[in-house]
Amino acid sequence: MADALKKDRPFVHEEWGDNILVDLKLEAGDLVAAKAAAVHVIERSFRMNRMHPLPLEGRACIANYDSRLDELIVYVANQLPVPLQIGLSQVLGISQRRLRVVAPDIGASFGLKTYLESETVCVAWAAMQLRRPIRWIQDRYESLVCDANCRDYHCKVVGHADASGRVLALECDVTVDSGAYSPWPWPAGIEGGLAIGNMQGCYDIRAFRGRAINVVSNKPAGQPFRGVARPLSCIGHELLMDGIADVVGIDPIEVRLRNFVTPAQMPYLSITKKTLDSGDYAAALKRAAQLIDLPAVRARQKKGEPDGKLIGVGFASFYEQTAYGTGPFGYSAWGIELVPGMEPAVARLTGDGELIIEVGSHSHGQGHETVFAQVANEVLGIDPREVSIRFGDTSVSPVGTGTYTSRSMVTTGGAVAEACELLKAPIIKISAHLLQCKAADVQIRDGRAHGPNGSVAFGEIGRAWYHHPEDLPADMGSGGLTVTAGYKPHDPGAFAYSAHAAVVSVDPQVGNVDVIDYAIVADCGTRVNPLLVEGQVIGGFSNGLGNALYEESTYDDMGQPTATTLADYTAPTAPSMPDVKLEFIETPSPFAMFGMKGIGENGAIGPPASIVNAVNDALRPIGASVSETPVTARRVREAIARAGMVKTS
Amino acid sequence: MKPAEFSYTRAVTLSDALGSFASSTLGRVIAGGQSLGPMLNLRLAEPRELIDVSRLVELRHTRIEGDRLAIGACVTHAEIEDGKIPDVTVGLMPFVASGIAYRAVRNRGTIGGSIAHADPAADWLTTTIALDASLLLSGAAGQREVRVSDFVRGALDTAIGEGEIITYVLVPRLSSAACWGHAKYAKKPGDFAQSMAVAVVDPERRGARIVLGQRAEPPRLMCNTSELLAARGCAPPPPDLGAAIEADLTDAQIEVGDRSMHRAIVARAVQDLAA
Repeated sequence: MADALKKDRPFVHEEWGDNILVDLKLEAGDLVAAKAAAVHVIERSFRMNRMHPLPLEGRACIANYDSRLDELIVYVANQLPVPLQIGLSQVLGISQRRLRVVAPDIGASFGLKTYLESETVCVAWAAMQLRRPIRWIQDRYESLVCDANCRDYHCKVVGHADASGRVLALECDVTVDSGAYSPWPWPAGIEGGLAIGNMQGCYDIRAFRGRAINVVSNKPAGQPFRGVARPLSCIGHELLMDGIADVVGIDPIEVRLRNFVTPAQMPYLSITKKTLDSGDYAAALKRAAQLIDLPAVRARQKKGEPDGKLIGVGFASFYEQTAYGTGPFGYSAWGIELVPGMEPAVARLTGDGELIIEVGSHSHGQGHETVFAQVANEVLGIDPREVSIRFGDTSVSPVGTGTYTSRSMVTTGGAVAEACELLKAPIIKISAHLLQCKAADVQIRDGRAHGPNGSVAFGEIGRAWYHHPEDLPADMGSGGLTVTAGYKPHDPGAFAYSAHAAVVSVDPQVGNVDVIDYAIVADCGTRVNPLLVEGQVIGGFSNGLGNALYEESTYDDMGQPTATTLADYTAPTAPSMPDVKLEFIETPSPFAMFGMKGIGENGAIGPPASIVNAVNDALRPIGASVSETPVTARRVREAIARAGMVKTS
Repeated sequence: MKPAEFSYTRAVTLSDALGSFASSTLGRVIAGGQSLGPMLNLRLAEPRELIDVSRLVELRHTRIEGDRLAIGACVTHAEIEDGKIPDVTVGLMPFVASGIAYRAVRNRGTIGGSIAHADPAADWLTTTIALDASLLLSGAAGQREVRVSDFVRGALDTAIGEGEIITYVLVPRLSSAACWGHAKYAKKPGDFAQSMAVAVVDPERRGARIVLGQRAEPPRLMCNTSELLAARGCAPPPPDLGAAIEADLTDAQIEVGDRSMHRAIVARAVQDLAA
């Protein structure tokens, strides 16, 4: 990656004259004065190696040209069928109305299946040319060799702190290996931009300089993966915090408490223009420390293990910007081609009084079918069992951009609420007529319209609209029982956060790291469905654990992939998972409907930072430290060997 | 994951299997298929013909033959783990079997297949060499016996002859005074070992054999360490253990940075003797 920047290297794209895809710079605050006032300067460098998003199933696609409808139908494992339809129509030169994209259950994605893949284009094109169905199913080898990869960062952070450990200024330099091409519709610059844009973390830092260079290489494209660059930001600010604690001689928790943005400061506009909207970062961290019983772990650490293993504790506090707004601090700042605006929902009351809701965001394991029905219940009182949520088919779904950046609960959930709210008007209008009362006297609850002298079920309202117009009021409008609504999230977004605490045991001879205890305290505002929230956090944690300890897409010096089967690409499996202690704080977001914040990526962001800090805490007595993920046994042994050489020389 | 085309023959009797195998060109024997299967799919192996021996009744027998247990080559890891066959190793073989890959693999994978495949990091290679086990090979020319330590020549490389099939694994009986130790490190549960060691000490019979298994070379009999332990039986390890291990590793093919791991794994297997 560093080599790609050298002037004498071959250029991936000759005409560029260098290998730089994007070079982003961000500076804010009085850096000179802040640096001059600092007593301590702490520098840390970190390498987060390339990974594969590794969904359970690979990619797949079936395309067929329907001559009667004059329409191309593409069934594809993609988490963003609506944007895919737009991109595919452009590439194939076929108008959007003649292209139907269907994404059924897609076998997980984690961000991988969000781009316009060349295979999908080829299959769709072949089906058009040959006028017959074409199918393609990827196997694991093809997936590991050809898919977009993720991560692949280097960062250097420099903190300038006062005598008490308060950070006065933060500088960071990030390099991202974006592979050969930028996948559509996600420009590779997102990674570097997010990495530096979140590098100040939950901390009250008023002077900042950041630079992110995205380089190109002869490797597969880099693709946003669960957490998108924030695991790197998190490792940056959390390594720094532990470094400051060391230099100042205070506890790693204390140093964070001294630097956190406080609830009294919220909503707080960070130096990088993030509105940290609500929550209590200190409370989350303190609770996480309690959950792992920090004093007991410290005592055990002091005593030493009978088998010579080393115990370490590490923390990671971070926020996650979710449900990005569309304005200058949200998506439009990314330079993407499809900037999301109003995320849509269509609500239809059926003739038998039940509800169909069509949304533009796909559910590939998030449980949208459950939570959006819950939202409908919240607004209309309708039994969730009488609500169908439809998505994943461009002939059904309204044009939204889909599920990513932990946005669907807030944005599509908001749209569902708006649509259900709008649906109240015709329901009230018809029911007031049926109940012979004033519209103002009608109340909607329990899936019925209640008047002063009785109530009607939604089924009677549906029956009147669709089949018995004679029962409708004379001034009934023409819109009927189908409404479309949209929801545009607050700019820059809703800010969820977490504190992670890791306890590890490091075998100094073999080098392997066991996570022996792990606690997460998360705040995603109002939890619409606690079970699904828990699933998101624990599932995200397993991605983060792989990032921290196991997963690496390796290449030889010539760029040949060397982790092409699951024997070589080591991913965590069920026995690798610790029993994560998970608790929540519920601080509703002041800027999102029902106080909701996203939770999709939270679990994946913290583990690399907390586990690396814990490993380094364990290795501290022997003077070693690791600065690269995944923290494999070999890397630990090498770190220990290096420390040994330093000591003896 | 699509194998190259091959024909498939399910053998009914051993002589059938030997006959088919002898007459085939580029044929391979398949038993549980837990290693060969993935190799076929990745086209690392492209036999023209597969001769399936997994249902040969002859290869599923186990019997005591004097001082040894003859284990049919097609006995599965799970059957050894579950005690479906007698144990003459004071519990070592069932213990090792229980740590091979995952139960699903153990249900199909066979001891003979594992040894024939000769992945240097495989559990059975290190273990059977530590037990000083032998193999009975059958071929067109008849039967012969060879020690496992002589059978394995390198990674996926064995002394098996043209048309030969492993029919039995012959395991010497340990005395009741014997003890064993085991240590293994894999990147994650179910993976092949990065490093494993088995120590067998039998004061009444064969002395001591300590074997290190890893990915870079066939299992290594640790001669100095074994000699040191033979004199002490199952007592706690002597203080000069480290030096003996180091001496045994001097000419080993060990990747830079792996030495401390192998040293530790051998030492732990030795410490496990007394546990």
